[in-house]
Amino acid sequence: MAQAVPAEQKWWSGGKSPFNVEYGELMMWYFLMSDAFTFGAFLISYGTIRFASNSWPDPNEVFQSFPVFGSGLPLMFVSLMTFILIISSVTMVLAVLGGHAMDNKAVVRNLVLTIIGGIAFLSCQAWEWAHLHHEGAWWGSNPFLNMDGTKASTNFSNFFFTITGFHGFHVFSGVVINIVMLIMTLNNVFERRGHYLMIEKAGLYWHFVDLVWVFVFTVFYLV
Amino acid sequence: MHQDNNTEITFHHEYDREASRKEVIKITVILSVITLIELALGFWLYLSHQRLGPFMVHLIKGVILILMLAKAFYIVAYFMHLKHELRNMIMTIVVPLLLFVWFIIAFLADGNSYRNLKNTYDPYHKEQSQKKVEKAEHGSKETDTKVGH
Repeated sequence: MAQAVPAEQKWWSGGKSPFNVEYGELMMWYFLMSDAFTFGAFLISYGTIRFASNSWPDPNEVFQSFPVFGSGLPLMFVSLMTFILIISSVTMVLAVLGGHAMDNKAVVRNLVLTIIGGIAFLSCQAWEWAHLHHEGAWWGSNPFLNMDGTKASTNFSNFFFTITGFHGFHVFSGVVINIVMLIMTLNNVFERRGHYLMIEKAGLYWHFVDLVWVFVFTVFYLV
Repeated sequence: MHQDNNTEITFHHEYDREASRKEVIKITVILSVITLIELALGFWLYLSHQRLGPFMVHLIKGVILILMLAKAFYIVAYFMHLKHELRNMIMTIVVPLLLFVWFIIAFLADGNSYRNLKNTYDPYHKEQSQKKVEKAEHGSKETDTKVGH
């Protein structure tokens, strides 16, 4: 599925976008690249401290609770959160595809589903934070022992709350952006404009949020 | 060409809606399967952490990290559509990200070296970090942290 570009197109002769991408979309990419470095710095500092520690809390012991079903269920709740985010990313792609086809209804339907997914994810995170806080974990306080039964420093909870909090804030921003997109779509703004490029930019941001979760999920919950 | 009233001239990215939809379904399945494999490996680590040697534990964790990178690739390439952009544009994104190669190696190695130095030259720290302690002294209100592990 290559781009429909005439043969021997001269990209740099002026008068057109040499990257064949709309300005705002290109800038969204560069913003996301800088945001990737912010998250990267967070996660790498987490890794550095973890490598500098003789032992570290066992994620399967820390994250083993599920609402209603109680505890002793490691990885279950975070799997649910992960799938919610993947599915909301899929509905976002479908919204973008609907935009390409100028299909207002498809855009609205999929944006609504994406927003629901985002809110569901945030609710899960709120529950998990509340649960951990209830167990005595917070910035500067860590009730969990290290894997080898020694006393853990507060590094684990500091990094966990800072990084998942920063990610959760991104999810929240994404939900707000998607709600704005939904209102604009319902008001036929894009229909009148003749294109749905804004949906594409919001989509890029939303996928990035999903992308960051892939990393957070792996380094905090799995390894 | 429905982007005509845009002041910038860009060529319409070609979209066959049905083909795109099929691609989305394919990528969704791939992402779900990779996630399930990751979770299976995570459960394996959880259930037999003691029996597996340190080499196996590291191997499984390494596989999980590789699968993580595969997921990242599929999201960026297909969901974010980067694979279908012009090569020059892709390079302006991907080349700066290569900085991460240095970033990760340098900092993790630094953390590791710090731990080794501290264990070598600060015996008190090493001794303290090997003391086993009793669970739940931080005023934990729930008892379920003890159950099931």
